[in-house]
Amino acid sequence: MSGEDVLVCGAGITSFARTEASGRQLAVQAVRAALADAGLPWSRVRAAYGGSDAAGNADTLVAELGLTGVPFTNVRNGCATGGSALVSAAHAIRSGAADVALAVGFDKHPRGAFDPRPADWGLDEAYGRDGLMVTTQFFAMKIQRYMHDHGISARTLALVAEKAYANGVLNPHAWRRKPLDADEILASGMVNDPLTRYMFCSPGQGAVALVLCSPSVAREIKARAVTLRAAVVRTRRFGSFEVFSPWAPPGTPTSVSADAARSAFEQAGLGPRDIDVCQLQDTESGAEVMHLAECGFCEDGEQESLIPFGATGIGGSLPVNTDGGCIANGEPIGASGLRQVHEIVQQLRGRAGERQVPGDPRTGFTHVYGAPGVSACTVLTR
Amino acid sequence: MEGPLSDVPETGARLRGSRCADCAVAVHPADPACPRCGGPAEPVELSGTGTLWTWTVQRYAPKSPPYVPPAAGFAPFTVGYVELPEGVRVLARLDIRPEDAEIGMPVTLTAGDGVPRAAGAAV
Repeated sequence: MSGEDVLVCGAGITSFARTEASGRQLAVQAVRAALADAGLPWSRVRAAYGGSDAAGNADTLVAELGLTGVPFTNVRNGCATGGSALVSAAHAIRSGAADVALAVGFDKHPRGAFDPRPADWGLDEAYGRDGLMVTTQFFAMKIQRYMHDHGISARTLALVAEKAYANGVLNPHAWRRKPLDADEILASGMVNDPLTRYMFCSPGQGAVALVLCSPSVAREIKARAVTLRAAVVRTRRFGSFEVFSPWAPPGTPTSVSADAARSAFEQAGLGPRDIDVCQLQDTESGAEVMHLAECGFCEDGEQESLIPFGATGIGGSLPVNTDGGCIANGEPIGASGLRQVHEIVQQLRGRAGERQVPGDPRTGFTHVYGAPGVSACTVLTR
Repeated sequence: MEGPLSDVPETGARLRGSRCADCAVAVHPADPACPRCGGPAEPVELSGTGTLWTWTVQRYAPKSPPYVPPAAGFAPFTVGYVELPEGVRVLARLDIRPEDAEIGMPVTLTAGDGVPRAAGAAV
């Protein structure tokens, strides 16, 4: 990144378990936790960005946080809502427009699968009527083809979920905190072949806030800060294979995740091999498998010789989704991207408790992916 | 893109798509603009046979609305992408049992009264 360094000096998160609290209440709680972590008052925030997909406008949070006159920009960018808010907050710091900036993401969804409306996606009503507007179908079809092309086994998919639940047990903020083994996961009932019930995350609730600051503020408040080396959002290029597509182009699909990851690594001046701990979008087990390769952490098919041997576990060579990921935390769309960054910040500060990656990790990476082909990636270092 | 499926002439007919004269990108449903270069695209009748590129089974009833279950109630169904010689993969409901579905299998593809329908083809 050019310009001034951008530091994360405060991180706040709510529980991602189902409660009666509204999305906005969760967001206020997360912002207050992040400010307390940074040791800064709300009045010190000079720019704020945030949003949710289904739980209201972030700028209304000022009614609870305090009417300080702060410029507060609403972000509504699907699964990249948190990532887009973070990019904007980082720009505000780097440009010198603000020396303390806030990014907040929150959400609360009804139980069960998402129920998108065809017209919102530019699709004929028939796609909804005939049962093809189902996100889980897409994920299943993408991994089905990937398994065919690259020799990934169903057991490896189950092991991804087993690890997610094991990490969730260690994470007090997680929604799913009960261990499940690969056999139980494989036997939990097919949802969309080859994916079974416990390989999926569920729409849920939660909120995360991050306080960003300039190096001079970090020195002033003696923050245990982490450097945001890169924050990138990309949309799809021609040739990609995306959710809710009535058609797709031929050939090996291009990947918006690969584009975003490559750009983030370039900005940071680091590569996948330099990363000590990472967070990859795992809407279901197959997504984590494919995103490992799309983000550059392994070759296509190599997952089969990594995952079954514990490489992506907390004690492995590349720990992935140490907080349990979407599978154990659920998917509150607006909050997920910042949850990932929150986890890396805690890991790099050595504050991840029972799920702390050993060996004093110094570098981290996060990745979200969502419809209709959007991805956000970050690189963080201590 | 809203609407073009309702212009489909009749169930069982070949699918109508569109194709860009410059970059040969074919799509379905038809779109007046090429998704790659933004130039004009011409209507084209797509091939009625292709191969199954990927597939899955919808084992649970999708949320209603928008899903409208058949009169006899929901039953699991197969869906997939059919790759056509024009260089396009078309999303379709499959009249293929899960145990018979296989990537690369030859299939026929026709217009339905809603989304496209594909069935196993004799080799």
